[in-house]
Amino acid sequence: MIAPPPSGPVPWPRDRAHAMLADMVRIRRMEEKCAEVYGAGRIRGFLHLYIGEEAVAAGAVRALAPEDNLVATYREHGHALLRGVPMNAIMAEMYGKVEGCSRGRGGSMHLFDASTRLIGGNAIVGGGLPLAVGLALAARMQEAGRVTACFFGEGAMAEGAFHESMNLAALWKLPVLFACENNGYAMGTALERSESQTDLCAKAASYSMPAMRVDGMDVVAVHEAATAAVARVRADGPMFIEFRTYRFRAHSMFDAELYRSKAEVEEWKARGPIHTFSARLKAQGLLTEEEFLAIDRAALAEVDAAVAFAEAGRLEPVADLARDVHTPGAAA
Amino acid sequence: MSRMSYREAMREALREALRADPRVFLMGEDVGRYGGTYAVSKGLLDEFGPERVRDTPLSELGFVGAGVGAAIGGMRPIVEVMTVNFSLLAMDQIVNSAALMRHMSGGQFSVPLVVRMATGAGRQLAAQHSHSLENWYAHVPGIRVLAPATVADARGMLAAALADPDPVIIFEHVQLYNLEGEAGDAPVDIARAALRRSGADVSLITHGGSLPKTLEAADALAADGIDAEVVDLRVLRPLDLETILASVRRTHRAVVIDEGWKTGSLAGEIVARIAEEALYDLDAAPLRVCSEEVPIPYAKHLEDAALPQVAAIVAAARRACGRS
Repeated sequence: MIAPPPSGPVPWPRDRAHAMLADMVRIRRMEEKCAEVYGAGRIRGFLHLYIGEEAVAAGAVRALAPEDNLVATYREHGHALLRGVPMNAIMAEMYGKVEGCSRGRGGSMHLFDASTRLIGGNAIVGGGLPLAVGLALAARMQEAGRVTACFFGEGAMAEGAFHESMNLAALWKLPVLFACENNGYAMGTALERSESQTDLCAKAASYSMPAMRVDGMDVVAVHEAATAAVARVRADGPMFIEFRTYRFRAHSMFDAELYRSKAEVEEWKARGPIHTFSARLKAQGLLTEEEFLAIDRAALAEVDAAVAFAEAGRLEPVADLARDVHTPGAAA
Repeated sequence: MSRMSYREAMREALREALRADPRVFLMGEDVGRYGGTYAVSKGLLDEFGPERVRDTPLSELGFVGAGVGAAIGGMRPIVEVMTVNFSLLAMDQIVNSAALMRHMSGGQFSVPLVVRMATGAGRQLAAQHSHSLENWYAHVPGIRVLAPATVADARGMLAAALADPDPVIIFEHVQLYNLEGEAGDAPVDIARAALRRSGADVSLITHGGSLPKTLEAADALAADGIDAEVVDLRVLRPLDLETILASVRRTHRAVVIDEGWKTGSLAGEIVARIAEEALYDLDAAPLRVCSEEVPIPYAKHLEDAALPQVAAIVAAARRACGRS
């Protein structure tokens, strides 16, 4: 049932391949540290780890231009990091510090960054899709040439918001890339237990929208598909991609994982995006073990610095609690 | 100042907004070719075209959410929802996205969105088109909630709402669309309540479609020797407590008239604020005139019986004044 591990030649020059690998390793190491400091009580609330799914963010986010919009879910640490939000600001946000990318108001699920056009961190499943449609509508009316990439899980495809948004985007031919990260489970409910039509591309195609399925464990396939899709969306209107992926860790930090077998998890780990990509690069002579270790060391150093930054961060004064409920300048 | 209907006032306000700012557009169900469910936007499609007077599918969650996104994206959308009952399908986007966005993002993303919707009963439209749920939105920080009850406010509130950098909901009571009155061109303030009638004996505090009934009740009370003051809230969130409390401190008696159901009502909130801030200024317990706790029925006599009416307002005011 589960496809063989990603394989085959990587069609990229050495530096680009290394950059992609480093992107995935940075996400992995950052999140492993998040889980560790969560265990120590330094991060609280919900913490949804992306571990296992890194190839999707690495391949797809790098396909966007700086002027594009990115709308993501509550499992968005990787997207934020690769969009260019400094790891320091992400970690400080997890710590609830004012130096965080949402001033500590949002936490893990609500990473925002205006400077990189990251419009959340949306923790209502499906809630980001209508927002993305509106961002794309604005871009179209402004003739901005801006694409809006909207990430969501397959669970969102059971929500009305998915269907309404697909219809609006297709009807109005808006520049939205609908990027479905299908990790097989809506929290603990498997796709086949929650949707009558499990062919997600068929659902998308019913809105007269081009739809394709991509191996989300293969950063090469993700990036090539996303790059072509972004160009197509920019020129012709919306498109849907299903990235088949898998979450190696629990849904959040409160999940006994009763709904899946350890064997299934192990099977998917054999398809892990980082080690399969590294192996391909090594086989092609594009990566040495020393180079891999250097990439890993650099990521670990970045993570250590981010933790130190977050630990040293300030708590927002309670006097500022009501700041930004309204925009300064609103009618008094 | 010129004389027009509430409907025409709203249409003029839309026309002016569309002319004044290329970022402004109107979107909603049947706002274009049909001319608007209540004919508010009639003629605007011809003048501004289908991009700026945009008909949407029956998709409240989708197009209200698209309004939120377009607002974040630099436009100034005006989204029309046919009635407040239908807005419940869009409540997720209004509450979870529009209202929370600025605070949740640490001040990075404001949502300059205006949502207009019809509210209220009186047209025999039965239970799924007739409720007054303004208070559900007035509960939520981050939104400004307006209830124009006069032609002048219908004309002037939209421009002020569009100038507000945060989400604004405008509730248009269906019984007001044919109201005639005077209106000017200037934007009106959207922060303060207004005294619609000065009086010394009792404060009648109301908003929206209940204002004409309350003014009629005040006339009846005057004939009976009771000098009632009428406060039009105009802004349901944030409440202008200063004006409310100043009135109550003058009259020492308060009756709140609210077409919402009494339980958990805006009227309850106002009475609570009066009790917290001005209890010792009161000569009588504050009273409420609200809708009966039933779904609004179709049959005219039952609909009338479910809603606050002039006689009930008069009776409550008399009781507050010890005249029952």
